[in-house]
Amino acid sequence: MSDTVLVDSDLAPPGSVVTLLRRNPLLAAAAALGLLLVLLALFAPLIAPHPADAGSATHPLDTFLPPSLHHLFGTDPVGRDMFSRVLYGTRISLAVAAVVIALSIVVGVPLGVAAGALGGVVDTVLMRITDIFLAFPALLLALAFASVLTPSVTNATIAISVTWWPWYARLARGQAASVAGRPFIASCRALGLSPARTLLRHVLPNSLTPIIVQASADVGGVILTAAALSFLGVGAQDPTPEWGLLVNQGQAYFTTQWWLVTFPGAAILLTALVFNLLGDGLRDVLDPRRVVGRA
Amino acid sequence: MTPFLVRRTAHGLVVVAGVVILTFVIARVVPGDPASSWVGPHASAAQLRAARHTLGLDRPLPVQIWRYFRGVVTGDWGVAITTHRPVLSDLGTRAPASLELVGAALLLALAAGVPAGLLAARWRGAAPDLLVRLAAVFGVSMPSFWFALILQLVFFQRLHLLPVSGQYDPALDTTHPLSTHVHMPLVDSLVSGNWPVFTSALTHLVLPAIVVAAYPGGIIARMVRAAVLDTLGEDHVRMVRALGFAERTVFARYALKPALNPVVSVTALVFAYSLANTFLVEAIFDWGGLGSYAAAAIQSLDTPAIVGVTLFIALVYVAANLAVDIAQAALDPRIKLR
Repeated sequence: MSDTVLVDSDLAPPGSVVTLLRRNPLLAAAAALGLLLVLLALFAPLIAPHPADAGSATHPLDTFLPPSLHHLFGTDPVGRDMFSRVLYGTRISLAVAAVVIALSIVVGVPLGVAAGALGGVVDTVLMRITDIFLAFPALLLALAFASVLTPSVTNATIAISVTWWPWYARLARGQAASVAGRPFIASCRALGLSPARTLLRHVLPNSLTPIIVQASADVGGVILTAAALSFLGVGAQDPTPEWGLLVNQGQAYFTTQWWLVTFPGAAILLTALVFNLLGDGLRDVLDPRRVVGRA
Repeated sequence: MTPFLVRRTAHGLVVVAGVVILTFVIARVVPGDPASSWVGPHASAAQLRAARHTLGLDRPLPVQIWRYFRGVVTGDWGVAITTHRPVLSDLGTRAPASLELVGAALLLALAAGVPAGLLAARWRGAAPDLLVRLAAVFGVSMPSFWFALILQLVFFQRLHLLPVSGQYDPALDTTHPLSTHVHMPLVDSLVSGNWPVFTSALTHLVLPAIVVAAYPGGIIARMVRAAVLDTLGEDHVRMVRALGFAERTVFARYALKPALNPVVSVTALVFAYSLANTFLVEAIFDWGGLGSYAAAAIQSLDTPAIVGVTLFIALVYVAANLAVDIAQAALDPRIKLR
């Protein structure tokens, strides 16, 4: 939150997670909601009133029903329950975010740590390559890649991952370079540890905090990008209940059947909001120096 | 100044070269065989061979890259499949509308974000701070295409307040014909004193500009807050406070000014982001800029057009970054030493 809170928690004896969350009500709320979203995604088949409607089921007698107790979010042009579809959409969005961020970390972090710790030519070449990727707004490059691939959730995930890893390479590189300069790494070398062992056992673990913070802050961004790709038709395809696609499909009817657009879009907004708040909160607590997010 | 300028420009050129190569990969390498999509599914082997030759695909890869490079530099960006016009001239006619929209949106984002960030920093931890930070997170988390549709629903469908389609009322073309200079209705009508078109263009701009402004507004508010809080911790501000200056003076004269530098650079960064964001917004508002051009190109798998827009925005981005770095080095001599 604010610097004062940080100073307090620095001076206080290392508290439990509970004290940490009590001091940061916003972070606590975001963490609880994030957990709730993950649970909703995991247990979607148990919670959804009409699980079959997440697929290509049709109910010709129930088309365009407005929201009611029976259909909380109304029904779509072929009679599918929108609540079930939006609920299943949570699975897709969270899974895409998890895969993109995991891939970006697996590719970006080792490269970045190697560049930061080794320096020299390796460092220069890697940084120029990331410069090039970062010269594109993420949405733009992901769109360009996705538009030349066959549209699907998998290919959209690949396209976003291709644009996302350089951020992690950059972050890990900066962190590793500063860790590598510290005395305990010099003593590792003096003790005769191999460079590989020094990197893996000592530089890497000490570079991870900002990466964890970035990963939680990025969930919202990835979900927004994936929804944008689907909205433009280069991501998920019918009958996948992806949120961006649902908004796109509802667009034709939204002046009269407002629920078709409103609920899936609100789901995107709320999910991105929760994870952005979570990322901001974690950053304030764990990483006071990096105050500002990326543009 | 000069060594810095040379170094920074050289770096910019390396990035531009890399950007061109990356777009080449997207246009020619990723899609598999562009020749087969060029001739269609029912072509004979001979036709396919001929297409490969016409497209230069039978040449070694370095030659292909060199030709692509030469085309980009000499203004041959290929022909758009849907419009049958050179991509570069398509971009030329479409860019002004997007620049008008994004320019208006960034002004709006600055007008809202800078005071909001200051307010949050002044009352850090109190209600205004919490409110601003929540609003900023909302702006950053907003799916712009959905925001556009919701605003249309509220302001057009329900309240009948604002127009939602096009850049100005086309009915005015007969009564008050607009003389075009820069292809931005707002600017054109202002220079030629065409007030009916000017007011029409202004009302048409409101909703799309608000949608595009949401993201940069949130980013700028956070940036201002963080930068002002940073400078407040510096020695010169503590000195001014110790000397007994009023808190208002401390903010206005000593804390805000050094904080403006990062704000300028983040504004340049979000400029290109907002250009890409118009892909999601322009088609909804029937705004004839790059965004609706790109969205249409994506729908019809028009690779030359998609790659052209991508390259264009990336170049704008690199240029904006270069300009900001040079401007900041001119303003702040410490930067040159890094």
